[in-house]
Amino acid sequence: MKARVHVTLKAGVLDPQGAAVRHSLGALGFEGVERVRQGKVIELELAETDAAKAEASVKEMCEKLLSNTVIENYTVEIL
Amino acid sequence: MRAAVIQFPGSNCDRDMAVAMDRVSGHNKPTQLIWHKESTLPDGLDIIAIPGGFSFGDYLRCGAIAARSPIMRSVIDFANKGGFVLGVCNGFQVLTESGLLPGALMRNANLKFICKDAGLRVETSDSVFTSAYKKGAVVNVPVAHHDGNYNADPETLKTLIGDDRIAFRYAENPNGSMDDIAGILSDNRRVLGMMPHPERLNDPQLGGTDGAKLFESIASALVSA
Repeated sequence: MKARVHVTLKAGVLDPQGAAVRHSLGALGFEGVERVRQGKVIELELAETDAAKAEASVKEMCEKLLSNTVIENYTVEIL
Repeated sequence: MRAAVIQFPGSNCDRDMAVAMDRVSGHNKPTQLIWHKESTLPDGLDIIAIPGGFSFGDYLRCGAIAARSPIMRSVIDFANKGGFVLGVCNGFQVLTESGLLPGALMRNANLKFICKDAGLRVETSDSVFTSAYKKGAVVNVPVAHHDGNYNADPETLKTLIGDDRIAFRYAENPNGSMDDIAGILSDNRRVLGMMPHPERLNDPQLGGTDGAKLFESIASALVSA
């Protein structure tokens, strides 16, 4: 079973990398990009076959390591 | 004073930190270097330092993987029992990732690695780490980091300010850090995390001694007569 985790910065947390990407898009002529927020995608391959158990386990991984909940939010997709 | 320095793969200020501790330890026993895979600490330690560097290649987030290494469980216990812990640069990142200090250290606002001397204002002399400095003094200490942009939610920031837990502020903010924060204390004032490197400016032969007072402060509290 596969899982995909999206880690994004919480609202209100400054994202200098996103701001730099936005500026660069502007320099390339892409107008009207008002905001860019950069995040991470983490894909996991799991031995677990029960989707509910897999989701619970990946959420625990997110809380303990994959995201820093002080500054980041996460979402878990079971594929 | 019995000191230990934790070593992770990618730590690179561990030996400098041990030398700085040795200079003030009050005896000839060298500071112990402890590998991250150890799960227990030696008995009788007074202070543990988490050094600078690039633990685990800064993978995932700076300090994130080091903060979950076996030795850190013991370091967290040590701190929770009132032990003294100093984290410098990557060590500060490890301390926030492990939950011993609040907030997080994010990518520098200008996205660049900053390596230079920074003016630091001593914001409190009420700690074992800063007692030898005068409050308000500006000292020169090197910074060398890519992720030193301190970030905390407004409530946390208010608490840090209200409880006099900001140890150092930058005289000129190099990295976008919230409220110019360069170093903070835990609520029991026994854990200090700071981005600048006092261990690198600890001897006239290194170009200055502005960092030495931090180690003298520690020694004056922890070296028994």
